[in-house]
Amino acid sequence: MIAASVALGALALALAWPVPVALSRAEWPARSPATALALWQGIALGGGLSMIGALLAFGASPAGSLTGAATALLPVLVAGPIPDGFGVAHLAALTLAVGLAVHLALNLGTTAVRAERARRRQHRLIDLLASPASEPTGARVLSHPMPVAYCVPGLRTATVVTEGLVDLLDDDELRAVVGHERAHLDQLHHLVLLAFRAWHAALPWFPIANRAERSVATLTEMLADDAPRRRVGVEPLRTALLRVGSSGATAAYADAPVDAVDPDERVLERRLARLEADLRPLDASARNANWLLATGIVAVPVCVLAAIAF
Amino acid sequence: MEQLWVTDSALTANEVRDRLALASEPGRAPATTTVLTVLSRLERKGFVGRSRDTRPHRYSALLSRAEHTAELMHEVLSSSSDRDAALARFVGTVTAGEANTLRRLLDDLVRH
Repeated sequence: MIAASVALGALALALAWPVPVALSRAEWPARSPATALALWQGIALGGGLSMIGALLAFGASPAGSLTGAATALLPVLVAGPIPDGFGVAHLAALTLAVGLAVHLALNLGTTAVRAERARRRQHRLIDLLASPASEPTGARVLSHPMPVAYCVPGLRTATVVTEGLVDLLDDDELRAVVGHERAHLDQLHHLVLLAFRAWHAALPWFPIANRAERSVATLTEMLADDAPRRRVGVEPLRTALLRVGSSGATAAYADAPVDAVDPDERVLERRLARLEADLRPLDASARNANWLLATGIVAVPVCVLAAIAF
Repeated sequence: MEQLWVTDSALTANEVRDRLALASEPGRAPATTTVLTVLSRLERKGFVGRSRDTRPHRYSALLSRAEHTAELMHEVLSSSSDRDAALARFVGTVTAGEANTLRRLLDDLVRH
């Protein structure tokens, strides 16, 4: 049990600091964003599992197994007395493990509920204000001079462009923009983003959670860029990015002073650089190794926990 | 909603129905009860106000179409985390310096 706890703790530490830092500094994610996205998910899930698992394993060690600890402790949870062998440190570890698990789950829940509420409001307003789907892209059009395109993900989806955008871009560029938004919807990027946002909200003091969220957001944008790039070509996408980006649409409405934005958030520049460089994807062997790693860092804590369960 | 937006004054459900009947093809006009249902739903969602001083009640748009659109845009563009989680924008927040760089790049691209 102690060995399992130490092993899980070591994995948790590795996934909490050196691995994500290395991944966020690496150059290859721009070449194979899907692989990198899988690895980030593995890091988050594996890190959470091994952190909670390490605490559980240590706390349950006097009983010899997790179920053993549960049968020993649950009946005396309210009234006491503390069974033999369990010290304050064990109980503190168990409490922390349960608390962390509940905290993460609750944050995921509230983030999901808030996002869903915002989406429902969006749908209501879009239904009322936007003209129905129109050619050539099939996106809904809002009458507003600012060039903006966005999508509302979820069970019911909507892709919205403004009249300002339609005026600014030619048909190919518009198709590239809408293709980008559709790719977000088709690939269910909102679920990944939601999980990482909840993780960040749950651990706001944890710098890696912030870094992970930004990296994941950038990767989903790159993935969404790849769809229209294949279909419409790279040039319309590039010019569309440049035109929309240089229009200053966001600056006029942003709540925060826009120049205070962290340089790491310069997602747009990285997307443009990536489109221009026309990067070669990662070799198949390197991609497979990363997928294996992503699966492994989730599988290891699960297997260890299963081994000490009974 | 469209009918309330084109008039400045408040309308009763019957007046709304008459206007809808004029706008739609013959035989496709909605019944007054349908109009009332839609109006009360819009009222619950905060789009429409109802004055209860008179009978029948008169309905009016609380915000103009442009005001609603501006509000929608604000929600989409402002960088609050809740909204970021709910929507995906084509281009995120762009700093002023970045916008200048992009403009230069665009000029280069167009000139070639």
